Amino acid sequence: MTIAERVPTSTRGRWGSLTTVAALWAVAYWINEHIWDLLFYDLLEMSPEARLTESLHFFFYDTVKIALLLTGIIFVITVLRSYMSIERTRALLGGRREGVGNVMAAGLGVVTPFCSCSAVPAFIGFVAAGVPLGVTLSFLIASPLVDVVAVGLLLSLFGVKVTVIYIGAGLGIAIVAGWVLGRLRLERWVEPFVFETRLGGELIDSTADLTFSQRVQMGGEEVATVLRKIWPYLLVGIGVGAAIHGWVPEDFFTTYAGADTTFGVLVAVLIGIPLYSNVAGVLPLVGALYDKGLPMGTLLAFMMAVVALSLPEMILLRRVLKPPLIGVYLAVVGSSIIAVGYLFNALLG
Amino acid sequence: MIVKVLGSGCKNCLKLERVTRQALDELGLEAAIEKVTDYPTIVGYGVMATPALVIDERVVLSGRVPPTAEVRDLLAGAPTS
Repeated sequence: MTIAERVPTSTRGRWGSLTTVAALWAVAYWINEHIWDLLFYDLLEMSPEARLTESLHFFFYDTVKIALLLTGIIFVITVLRSYMSIERTRALLGGRREGVGNVMAAGLGVVTPFCSCSAVPAFIGFVAAGVPLGVTLSFLIASPLVDVVAVGLLLSLFGVKVTVIYIGAGLGIAIVAGWVLGRLRLERWVEPFVFETRLGGELIDSTADLTFSQRVQMGGEEVATVLRKIWPYLLVGIGVGAAIHGWVPEDFFTTYAGADTTFGVLVAVLIGIPLYSNVAGVLPLVGALYDKGLPMGTLLAFMMAVVALSLPEMILLRRVLKPPLIGVYLAVVGSSIIAVGYLFNALLG
Repeated sequence: MIVKVLGSGCKNCLKLERVTRQALDELGLEAAIEKVTDYPTIVGYGVMATPALVIDERVVLSGRVPPTAEVRDLLAGAPTS
């Protein structure tokens, strides 16, 4: 039985069950704030200062907290984004010139429901419909980089300031990198079949005619799919975060990777590129490193490198882009991320 | 009836195929499900969000995996040929 078949179809029943689920979610979130104190300090009588206690407490508390946050955020965002569609985005971008087009594409990359598994058909669909290459790339860069789930998690874990910086930096990178890549006239490194593809069939809008309960069903399915996919990353991320939390000495990272060290950002990005994880797996780690005094610019650069530059995505894009273009893409996006890291270290440090 | 599932073999494409198979079985319909993985052909249908379901050359759904009941209605609603 899928989640949808359990969702009542009458309007009142549906709102009723949505309200019930939201209430349960809030209660679980509240309990999580207290239950681990109770368990570790009161029931097991472990010392709050001991390293093991600290790490265990961090691990359990963070796992539940992040799982709950993810569930809520993914559900709400999937339902909201289902009012947009990739087809509408293409219609909005068609015939735009570079510049304005890059800015719009970056913004639309954030709000359009999009799975990286559709990167190739979307790329072909955009380019074959006459959307300029650079504008298409702005869209493809912004979509994973300013991932709405990442934004939601950042907001809950780090507050408004960091979140606004992240969104601004991500959009800036997508706009500038897309524009630069467009200016370089790299069309000769796009596989020729892309330009030869005939757009046929009657266009359907993938999300236009859905009923509200279908959108709710999509939200539920998306939560299940994402959690099933990322739980190992999440546990590893939180596990490493917990170990750092309890065992790494306070001044370890600030000595080797603090704001004043020249290569901190560079190293963070180089480590981040081959690491493939979901943003949900990276954030607990980023949180633990931040607590240990690592500068925010370095951490943002690390996070962006992990989510925006990944091997699986490059392999997918290889279907439509020739290796030199993939190389230029990595170089342009990578150096933009490094620049942003240094900029924010200088501004915030 | 010709039923096609468009998608490059990602998890959701397999899921859509499974759901479609189940819907066909529930309706007692005999139809092969053709898998289309070739990107130019997929885009040729006007599809940019995979997986997509095509019944008798008409795209009826794209970018999501619906519950079995919905696919059943789509299959039952298709004009018989």
